[in-house]
Amino acid sequence: MTTDAQPLRRLLPRVPDRFAAFGAVLLAVVVLTALLAPWLAPYPLDEPRPLERLLPPSGAHWLGTDQVGRDVLTRILYGGRTSLFIAVAVLGVSAVTGVTLGVVAGYAGGWVRDVIMRVTDVFLAFPALLLSLALAIVLQPGVNTVILVIAVTWWPWYTRLAASVAASIATRPYVDAARCLGVPAPLIVVRHVLPNSLTPVLVQLSLDAGGVILTSAALSYLGLGAQEPTAEWGLMVQQGQTLFTTNWWVVTFPGLAILVTAFAFNVLGEGLRNALDPRRAVR
Amino acid sequence: MLRHLARRLGQALLVVAGVVVLTFAVMRLVPGDPAVAFAGPKATPEQLAEARARFGLDDPLPVQLLNYARDLVTGDWGTSLRTRQPVRDDLYLAFPASLELVGAALLIAIAAGVPLGVLAARHKTRLPDLGVRLGSMLAVSVPVFWLALALQTVFAGGLGWFPIAGEYDSSLDTTSPLTLWTNITVVDALITGNWPIFTSALWHLVLPALVVAAYPAGVIAQMTRAALIEEAGQDHARLERALGFGETSILTRFALRPALNPVLSLIALVFAYAIVNGFLVEAVFNWPGLGRYAAESIRSLDTPAIAGVTLLVALVYVLANLVVDLLQGFVDPRTRSR
Repeated sequence: MTTDAQPLRRLLPRVPDRFAAFGAVLLAVVVLTALLAPWLAPYPLDEPRPLERLLPPSGAHWLGTDQVGRDVLTRILYGGRTSLFIAVAVLGVSAVTGVTLGVVAGYAGGWVRDVIMRVTDVFLAFPALLLSLALAIVLQPGVNTVILVIAVTWWPWYTRLAASVAASIATRPYVDAARCLGVPAPLIVVRHVLPNSLTPVLVQLSLDAGGVILTSAALSYLGLGAQEPTAEWGLMVQQGQTLFTTNWWVVTFPGLAILVTAFAFNVLGEGLRNALDPRRAVR
Repeated sequence: MLRHLARRLGQALLVVAGVVVLTFAVMRLVPGDPAVAFAGPKATPEQLAEARARFGLDDPLPVQLLNYARDLVTGDWGTSLRTRQPVRDDLYLAFPASLELVGAALLIAIAAGVPLGVLAARHKTRLPDLGVRLGSMLAVSVPVFWLALALQTVFAGGLGWFPIAGEYDSSLDTTSPLTLWTNITVVDALITGNWPIFTSALWHLVLPALVVAAYPAGVIAQMTRAALIEEAGQDHARLERALGFGETSILTRFALRPALNPVLSLIALVFAYAIVNGFLVEAVFNWPGLGRYAAESIRSLDTPAIAGVTLLVALVYVLANLVVDLLQGFVDPRTRSR
């Protein structure tokens, strides 16, 4: 197996696959700082100090202050709570809805499956941000609206996933056995099909959390999501965007916070997927 | 193949019908009376009644839905309340600009993503692989609106390498007016040989296209890498190795083609995603595409226009999926049965 690129290859250091662990640690830091925001934050959350407007990063204000004199670090710490709350709520609602429909469709098959899957296809045809936009203008902007509109566009993915997994589980011998013993269908679904369909859904949840955080930040950036004085990263970017050239810290740090959080979820999700699906574990 | 085609077409039509119903539902939910929006706040009751009759707002909802669907099929997408133009004409101007942006972005994404995926697969678990994985992860995790602002501030505002915003230098309209064929500025300028506008348009395209390209480039690199590594473990790769082919030529000569199959289906998905992501980028770079049109329509509660944009993007998505499905059924017959 001597190949032309072999000498070059030997020069490159072998790097251990610590990607997933790195993602987990990063995510733990993000979650902890968000949870402990009231204790970690150097200043109270809503305390505009007009005399301290747009101060650059310094010892007193590590990440500077914004256009009304609020500490940027404080607002980023509290903003983590908003983003993580939205992500958990959206994924919770869509996973419960999606998995329920998917497991029913996958187990029942026939016309039940056809009806559920066609409705799912319709919702899938709308890119998440677009339907969210259309709905967000109808409803009162705010955190709850963001959760609702993203969940409306997110559940079909879990239906599709759960349906395909459930359909394969429905043909397993232990399900046949239960059916022959006269166990009623709802009980089979709850006892056997549902628990065995959950693993891929959990992996998908971790992979999707980053996407939800990006979408909710985008909605807030467009003014259709969280409103003042809620501390939210997308909103902070929007409010500071005209100041980018003169006061870079007002926009840079909230954007970095979104990037780091989405990155942590994505890396962890990929690591989990590789760990649980040996075919994809390419090392 | 014909049965597969008919089945997929039927499914796509069903989805389109559902999309029309959903769009109609969202449109009816928008607050504010469209008749008031059209006739203006000072309209007399007679004018209001006339506007209501004109838009058929007095009919029962199912009748309105049927009329709406009939109008759509016959090509009447309604009249924008803001521009007073047929929505179809507005979309005909805005959509090509979005297509230009997304098309350029996808070209960049494929040109960068596939070679990076090959590089990572060739040197897997080594430094280039780590770099590509880290970079592609960052690319899919970055908020587009923030990246757009950052690139605009640094490369257009600060360094002055690229124009700040717009599709091309509009002062060129007087010196070398552009003949419109496709409404896609770069293409029109190229086929009519309008070099000043062509270079200007290309220059304006760089930053927004790079921002829109970030996400698809990351996804394509990851997919190419994973698919290549799987292909390289197949029996045919062992045979090629036994025959004395080097790892690099196994990857690029034999493994790449089958590995690009899943990447192909991904592009349809990424295409629609890029259009919507483009909305955010268009806002920052003042790009005259669908995103800006949608944003202005939303601000003025222009329901027919909002419905038009929603419908168009959903249609494009369904169409892109259909084309890729059929292409895949053609390239890889195993996928037909599903």
